[in-house]
Amino acid sequence: MIEALRKKAEELLRSNTVNVIYGYGEGSTPERTRPVFITKPEDVSKLTWNKYCVYNLTTYLKRRESRKLGKPAIVVKGCDAKTIVVLIKESQIKREDVYILGVTCNGVGEPMATKCKACDVHTPRIYDELIGEKIENKEIPFEERYAELEQYEKLSEKEKWDFWQKQFAKCIKCYACSSICPLCFCDRCIVDKNQPQWIDPSAHPRGNLSWNVTRAYHLAGRCINCEECQRVCPADIPLNLLNKKLAKETEKNFKYRAGYNIDDELAMATYKEDDNQDFFK
Amino acid sequence: MSEKTKFEPRIVAFLCNWCTYAGADLAGTGRKQYQANVRVIKLPCTGGIDPLFLIKAFERGADGILVSGCHPGDCHYNSGNYHARRRWNVFRPLLEFCGINPERIQFSWISAAEGGKWVETINGVVNAVRALGPFEGYKKINAIGPDAPSESFVTN
Repeated sequence: MIEALRKKAEELLRSNTVNVIYGYGEGSTPERTRPVFITKPEDVSKLTWNKYCVYNLTTYLKRRESRKLGKPAIVVKGCDAKTIVVLIKESQIKREDVYILGVTCNGVGEPMATKCKACDVHTPRIYDELIGEKIENKEIPFEERYAELEQYEKLSEKEKWDFWQKQFAKCIKCYACSSICPLCFCDRCIVDKNQPQWIDPSAHPRGNLSWNVTRAYHLAGRCINCEECQRVCPADIPLNLLNKKLAKETEKNFKYRAGYNIDDELAMATYKEDDNQDFFK
Repeated sequence: MSEKTKFEPRIVAFLCNWCTYAGADLAGTGRKQYQANVRVIKLPCTGGIDPLFLIKAFERGADGILVSGCHPGDCHYNSGNYHARRRWNVFRPLLEFCGINPERIQFSWISAAEGGKWVETINGVVNAVRALGPFEGYKKINAIGPDAPSESFVTN
């Protein structure tokens, strides 16, 4: 599989189809794979693929530093490929501006990442070239996909509040969660604005609640569950629970799943006349 | 509880200019009485209400919030309230998930002709929040900083 990946990468660079390959490279130890940006055909041997390739490389599609390198081919797993669908739908990139090297994947991480437990995109749903043996994407029922949330949803109001306050109290406002997020692409984030100051910039419980709720909310109907925010959080806040909760509500109310179908209207950019309004007086 | 420290909820109402604000106005012209715990903020359209407004209201000491606009199909800008409805459909469960009682954030459609419904809704919200008591949790996390509300949770 690695050989096929390298061969294709070399071919793409030699034919000038793309200027750069965003891929996974080996790190100082086997479990420390890291992103590599390959611009020369002779460097393709740096590319690798293994179960430690947890990262979502599509985050580099928003970075100026990597965009400067020219048209990319990007190595994506099934989950990461969903990001590209959302980015295209949100007019951040054009389909023809990115070459998608999809890799089939049976789960990553050691121990296996939470996102892989209810995976229904072992084979990417969008790609230009598929590397590896095609794996059947089997449907997973709604309840199973959001099973992780159950134990938190059944807590009492006070327990929920205490749980999240304890979590948010750890937040140091480093904004790693939004820096890594491939879908947090605003040039000027709401936290950078100080007239008015919507979100208290200090790592104070009040601002921490506002920040974490706002960050999650801005991903409503957009988050594709790559769990990168949670992975990079130095304070180990289970941020993806919030994202997942929003994804669940979006799917429940609007039958929409971000990144699954390129023809679907973006959930939060459209409406239906018969949307749920039980809670309206 | 003594008369002096009796809890009076602080309700912030975000109203759209075209329907609910006019409805509230009608209640006033009609000399209808309702509980005076509400602070009204008039905005052009419910579609323009950022969820941050709600969070900010809580930060500044609100015990409850009402968001109200035109009935579906009546929006002055055609679709503002439909978009708003989508947003609240996901935002409300998110706050609930974080441990904020959904009774503290209420939504309604009130047209310019429904002065009576405005009175009813406000009384309903005030009573519900009065029963819940002050938003102690948020009050606690607000404790320090220049914006922290002073003694405003207790009025006489």
